[in-house]
Amino acid sequence: MDESQLARDLLHGSPAAFDRFVDTYNNKIFRYSYTMCRQREDAEEVAQETLLKVFQNLDQLHDPERLKPWIFRIAKNACLMKRRKSVFAPKTELSLDELKPSKDGGDGKSIEIADWSLRPDELAENSELRQALDRAVADLPDIYRAVFLLRDAESLSTEDTAEILDISTDAVKTRLHRARLALRKHLDEHLRTKGVSA
Amino acid sequence: MQNRDCSTIFALLSEYLDHDLPPADCEELEQHIRSCEPCVAFVDSLKKSVALGQTYSPSAEPPPLAPEVKQSLKEAYERMLAAREKK
Repeated sequence: MDESQLARDLLHGSPAAFDRFVDTYNNKIFRYSYTMCRQREDAEEVAQETLLKVFQNLDQLHDPERLKPWIFRIAKNACLMKRRKSVFAPKTELSLDELKPSKDGGDGKSIEIADWSLRPDELAENSELRQALDRAVADLPDIYRAVFLLRDAESLSTEDTAEILDISTDAVKTRLHRARLALRKHLDEHLRTKGVSA
Repeated sequence: MQNRDCSTIFALLSEYLDHDLPPADCEELEQHIRSCEPCVAFVDSLKKSVALGQTYSPSAEPPPLAPEVKQSLKEAYERMLAAREKK
């Protein structure tokens, strides 16, 4: 979807754009906030509050290209408010050392690694692996999950993600790398124990 | 990863996959990977894991918006458009 065209259509009062926007972003924001808050009810409220704030303040969006990061910043703040009321999660850090693969055997050169020979599309079609990915994302400490969701799942840029989360671009890169390594490790363990077939 | 080179590579892999590394670092990294079997396997697994992560979407679906909620959104939208018209 062309996000900036959608923003322009909305600002021109297009009823079709309103419906398309509500359907798309209610879904997107619900899924984002559900992954962050882990409560259905909170996620529903965050999605509705975000949409309401978007419509109340859309005329303040000067650059239609910025629609998506602008909305996710509103959603992130709404999500934080919910979590302040409920969960006080400690800031857990992931260290690079714990994400490295283990050495395999006595030659000191090989590593323990699963069979990753399937193509990415074959891996993506495997429902057990997708469930393993769901669990792996849920297990990520909050600060890493937040970056992973925006950078990889929502394809936002490093700069936009930094702005949404109020952190530096270097912090985005560091957290994204560790999030990816943690997900890889989780999936690798799944593949080694359960295997997967095309 | 068994030696210093592998550890250095390990820390740079996301930037490498995102094409964010300076060309000189990228060349050095590729040179190492060409001669390091464990790194080849590891990079392949990370690349596929990242590709899978980029298709991530939680299985939870939002319920359809209640008509009164959709109506209040529409009203907020129309108020914003009217205020914008007056400016």
